[in-house]
Amino acid sequence: MDTYKSKMSDVLDTQHILPPATGSSHMNVGTTERIASVVGGALMAYYGLRKPNFGGLILAAAGGALLYRGSTGYCPMNSMVGRDTADEQDISIDITRSLTINRPRSEVYQFWRQLENLPQFMQHLQDVRQQGPKRSHWVARIPKGVGTVEWDADVVQEETDTLIAWRSLPGSDVDNAGEVRFMDAPAERGTVVQATISYRPPAGAVGGQLAKLLNPAFEQMVKNDLHRFKQLMETGEVTTTEGQPAGAR
Amino acid sequence: MKALCWNGINDLRVERVPDPSILNPGDAIVRVTMSSVCGSDLHLLDGYVPTMKAGDIIGHEFMGEVVEVGPGVKKLVKGDRVVVGSVLGCGGCEFCQTDQWSLCDNSNPNPEILEKAYGYSGAGIFGYSHAFGGYAGSHAEYIRVPYADNGAFKVPEGVTDDAAVFTSDAFPTGFMAADMCGIEPGDTVVVWGAGGVGQMAMQSAWLLGAGRVIAIDRFRDRLAKAKQFAKAETLNYEEVDILEALKEMTGGRGPDRCIDAVGMEAHTTGVEQYYDKAKQTLRLQTGRPAVLRQAIMACRKGGTVSIVGVYGGLLDKFPMGAAMNKALTLRMGQMFAQKYIPQLLDRVAAGEVDPSYMLTHKWGLDHSPEGYKMFKEKTDDCMRVVFTP
Repeated sequence: MDTYKSKMSDVLDTQHILPPATGSSHMNVGTTERIASVVGGALMAYYGLRKPNFGGLILAAAGGALLYRGSTGYCPMNSMVGRDTADEQDISIDITRSLTINRPRSEVYQFWRQLENLPQFMQHLQDVRQQGPKRSHWVARIPKGVGTVEWDADVVQEETDTLIAWRSLPGSDVDNAGEVRFMDAPAERGTVVQATISYRPPAGAVGGQLAKLLNPAFEQMVKNDLHRFKQLMETGEVTTTEGQPAGAR
Repeated sequence: MKALCWNGINDLRVERVPDPSILNPGDAIVRVTMSSVCGSDLHLLDGYVPTMKAGDIIGHEFMGEVVEVGPGVKKLVKGDRVVVGSVLGCGGCEFCQTDQWSLCDNSNPNPEILEKAYGYSGAGIFGYSHAFGGYAGSHAEYIRVPYADNGAFKVPEGVTDDAAVFTSDAFPTGFMAADMCGIEPGDTVVVWGAGGVGQMAMQSAWLLGAGRVIAIDRFRDRLAKAKQFAKAETLNYEEVDILEALKEMTGGRGPDRCIDAVGMEAHTTGVEQYYDKAKQTLRLQTGRPAVLRQAIMACRKGGTVSIVGVYGGLLDKFPMGAAMNKALTLRMGQMFAQKYIPQLLDRVAAGEVDPSYMLTHKWGLDHSPEGYKMFKEKTDDCMRVVFTP
């Protein structure tokens, strides 16, 4: 994907609703400092873990924090004291996917606009709660049962039966945004849904590498979620084989 | 319950597995009364269909009794005697609504696999690898049938189980093969492969107006059945040059419609067989397309080649020049079960076709691994083994 110059959102001429750059997606540690943090952190963690006592544990924990600082390029301490040694750009990843859904546009739009419906087909969402006409609270599961992340989001643009766009508030666990467009499919084939989901990975070169690694999985997640949305709209259920019998694996 | 599980290449085992349960509102649970082997299962056994996992229950051609229905099921009730199509269709997508059920957008819960392999994913199929949805198959005492209102059809009174079971897959596949040919009255139709699907294609060709039906195979018992039950003229490709024979039999004009009911593990004679087998073994091609090549070469100018034998990936030495320059029509696809099953049940009930002659062996599930061995090696004149769990 990254061998092409044009983003799919450019081809489809959708807007970029940029997620805010806060938290770990914003870098405030410079490259030299980051290398020092990674090397120093790794050494501390290594020696810390070799000592089976409390002191060793503390050393390992401090090493871990330095590793985090170095690999993400974000230092909470820097942030607190307003120090910024970075000169690199924040990046935002956006994935655009389209599907045609064999249902009328208003029905498809209404279902999505009821944001509380989203966890029915977005696999990693645990809960979305509408807290006002614009504001909503989102809880997502981290894959592999590691835990959950939460954020608040605002609907920043909406046009009945045509468009919904939302953006997480500054300071979220994951800075993210989304835009979904609804169009009549030709020849009465239902509704074309174009979803652009964007997020900011941990910033900088290391973050960029991490995003490259995660990107295919994220892209697949968006695709799968849209497939499930289509299943739900067209058949009233999400297709599954989970829980069916099998022999010894 | 007991079920026949795939555990690796040519490694089938009868295992104890949990009973299936209703997972979605549109599901039904069917107690399987009959479940047939199918030639396409042999591609699974031989390892030519990727994404199989140890423990997968196979089998996709079956009938039984409805024992439980989900809250969304409207057309079926407990106790119904049903035959179930092997390909699942959601009923709500564009393709189901235009009667192209095997192209269903929604019935495959793992569309990403086929999207990578084929660009877009088709329908889920019972017991036919995770690329096709990973659905548990029918060689078991019970099976979960999703979208049951679309895929399960009540069997009319007077139609025996022995006949009804083949309206699940072999008959609709054979019928679709003939239907795709666009047969015009008096046409000569040639069917490569005189197994279950081929036999049904021959019968269907007559129903759709063929003037002549020719069967090609190498097993004498199968050719004999094609002659006796499907009134076909027969050619044994180990005994005659097929291209020459077909040309001479049709006055130098060539057959109008050619059906490939064999697929990716075609067997042929001479150098071509060794060449294809070697390339397939080395995975330089995923299919041995000897039948397809022959059908394209044999077909008359402007004729139709209809393909229902299963192919999975890439072919080598495909005679595109012959197809193009003879202006052939190529039609193909997994069968549209839900489109054809109702009318085929009616045809069986009316006595137009009796597919039960294909059932040569009826065994319990405990002996299903041996059943597949026999079916694969085609010993004891075996055409179809049907398990009665």
